Amino acid sequence: MKFLFDSDTWQEIYGSIRKNKTRTVITIFGAFWGILLLVGLLGAAKGIENGFNSMFGDFATNSVFMSGSKTSKPFKGFQEGRQIDLTTRDVEKIRSEVEGVEFVVPRNVTGSQVVYGLKTANLTVFGDYPLLDKVQKKKLTAGRFINQQDINENKKVCVISTEVYKQLFDKNEEALGSYVKINNIGYMVIGVYKPSRFEGTNNIHIPFSTFKLVYNQGDKFRWMVITGKPEYDIEQVESDVKVLLSSLHKIHPDDNRAFRGFNLGKEIAKVTGFLTGMQFLTWFVGIATLIAGVFAIGNILLITVKERTKEIGIRRALGATPRKIRQQIILESVFLTLLAGSLGIIAGGLILMAIDAADLLTNPTVDIPIVLIAYTVLIVLGTLIGFIPAYMATIIQPIEALREE
Amino acid sequence: MIRIENLHKSYPIGKDSLHVLKGLNLHIKEGEFVSIMGSSGSGKSTLLNIVGLLDTHDEGKYYLNGQLIENLNEKKAAVLRNKFLGFVFQSFNLISYKTALENVALPLYYKGVARKERLEIALEYLDKVGLKEWANHLPNELSGGQKQRVAIARALVTKPKVVLADEPTGALDSTTTDSVMDLLKEINDEGMTVFVITHEEEVAAQTNRVVRLKDGVIISDELTQVETKTAKAI
Repeated sequence: MKFLFDSDTWQEIYGSIRKNKTRTVITIFGAFWGILLLVGLLGAAKGIENGFNSMFGDFATNSVFMSGSKTSKPFKGFQEGRQIDLTTRDVEKIRSEVEGVEFVVPRNVTGSQVVYGLKTANLTVFGDYPLLDKVQKKKLTAGRFINQQDINENKKVCVISTEVYKQLFDKNEEALGSYVKINNIGYMVIGVYKPSRFEGTNNIHIPFSTFKLVYNQGDKFRWMVITGKPEYDIEQVESDVKVLLSSLHKIHPDDNRAFRGFNLGKEIAKVTGFLTGMQFLTWFVGIATLIAGVFAIGNILLITVKERTKEIGIRRALGATPRKIRQQIILESVFLTLLAGSLGIIAGGLILMAIDAADLLTNPTVDIPIVLIAYTVLIVLGTLIGFIPAYMATIIQPIEALREE
Repeated sequence: MIRIENLHKSYPIGKDSLHVLKGLNLHIKEGEFVSIMGSSGSGKSTLLNIVGLLDTHDEGKYYLNGQLIENLNEKKAAVLRNKFLGFVFQSFNLISYKTALENVALPLYYKGVARKERLEIALEYLDKVGLKEWANHLPNELSGGQKQRVAIARALVTKPKVVLADEPTGALDSTTTDSVMDLLKEINDEGMTVFVITHEEEVAAQTNRVVRLKDGVIISDELTQVETKTAKAI
C-alpha cells in the first residue's frame, strides 16, 4: 500500500487526468450526478419531514381527541339523539381503568370578546389544566403557563398567544401583569406563548376551574386529549376508552356516533408511513443512479484503455510492470470517483442551501454519517469497477500495442 | 552482450504455423554498432521483439548480458527491459500528453527514481541530444527528427546496455535521417551497444556491422567499409 502515499503515483495520475480534461469531465459526470441526486433528494425528503414535524410542533403525537356527541341508537330505554356530555368523573374513570393511558386532559372552550383598554378582539377562550402543557407543549416567550395553584384557587389569570398579544397590546408593551377583560371580568396575563402551526392562533387560556365557575359548566367539559404511553397502541387505547365511556353513559355498544374523536396518532402514522416510503424511494433512486454512475466510469475507463493501448504498450516497453499499469488504472478510477463524489456532495449541499435560503422546505439537511456512507460506497465501487479496465490493460501485450499500422 | 544460439520462432496461423526464424546464431559484443537488414517478412522485427524481451522464442538460447533468458514472466521482463534495454521506434511512440522532458523521465519513474532527480537526469539527456530548449514542449510541437531525438534520449536515460532501434529513420527524410544516425553513432562512440533494424542500405552502411536476414535465416554477416576505414585510420 506504500504506493498510495507516494507523491509520484499521484503525480502520474494527476498528469494523465489533467491532460485529458474532456474525457475526465464526461467520465465523472454520471457518478457526480448520482451523488448529487442522492444528497439533493435525501435533503428534500428531510425538509418535507421537518415541515410535517414543525406543523405538529410539540404535540404529543400518540394522542386522541375526544368529545361527546349525539347518540344514534336507542339503548336501555333512552331515545336516540341524546346529547352525551363528558364529565370530570369520566376522566377519573379513564385514568384508573384504561390500560396504557398516560394523560387525560379535559378542556373547555367558548368564543368571547376580549377587551384591553380601547382594543377588542374575538378570541377562543379555553379552560385548561396545567397538564395541557405536557401534551401540547407551549413555547412560552414570557411568563408561565397555568399551574396547579391557579386551579386550586380559581384564579383569574390567563395565558395568551403571541397573535393575541399583537391584537391587544402595542408593540413592546409589557403584557405580563396587565388585566384583560373577558365578559367584563378582568384576568391578569401571566404568560405569552408562540402557537404551533397545528393549533389556532387567537387563543386565550384560563384555569379549568375558573372557566367552570364563570361559565357555569358544572362537571361537564367540551373535549379531552388522551395520550397513550409510548409502548401502547393509541388505536387500542381509543377503543378501550370508547367502550368504557359507552358503558358509563349507557350507550349502545355499536353506536359509533356518540363520541367524536380524532386520532392524531393514527393520522401521523399515515404521514410517517408516507415519509418512510419517500425516503426509501430516495435511497433507491439515489443508490441506483450512483451505481449507474460508477458503471459509467468503469465503462469509459474500459473504452479509454482500448484508446490508450499504444500508451500502455509504450509504458510496458519502458519497463512498467503489469502491476504498475494495473495500479495506475485502478487509482485513476478511484481518483475519478473521489472527484465525482466530492463535487457531487458539494453541489448537492449548495442546492440544499439554495432551497433553504428560498424557504421552500424546512431545514433540508442530510446527516454527515449518511453522506460519508454514500461517499465510502462510491469509492469502494469505484475501486472494484476499476479492476475491470485494469485487467484489460494488463493483458495488452506490448508487442501488439506497438505494432506499426 | 547479446548471444543467440539456434533461435527458432513460429507463429500459429490457423491450423498451420508460420516459421519465422529458422535457427539464428548471432553474437553481438559490447560496444558494437550492428544493423539487421532485410525486406519485410524476413523476420527482422520478430528478432528485435525477442531480443527486446517483448516476445518469447520457441527454441534455442538467448543470453542478454550473460544471463540466459527463459521462463520470463511479464514482471521480470519489464524489469529487465527497464534495466538493460532502451527502445527507439519508427513512429517515435512518445506519450502525446506528456512534455519532452516528462517523456524522457518516464523510464526513470518505472525504475523508481525520485521525481526531482529524474527530471534533472532527463534534462541532461535532452541537452545531450540538443533539445534542452524544447524540454517543455509537447510531442506534437516537435518535428519528426526532434521527436526521434527525444525518443533516443528516453532510450538512453536509464543507461541501458543495449539500444534497440526499430527502423529509427523509417519516418524521416534524408537530412534528418543523417542527423539521427550521427546521433546513434555518437552514442556508439561512447561505448553503447546499438542494434538497428532497417531495410535501407544507406542506413545500414552507416553502421559497423551488417547482418542480412532473408526468410528467417542469416545470409550474410560482414563488417562494413566504414568500419574497415576507421580501423585502418587507427
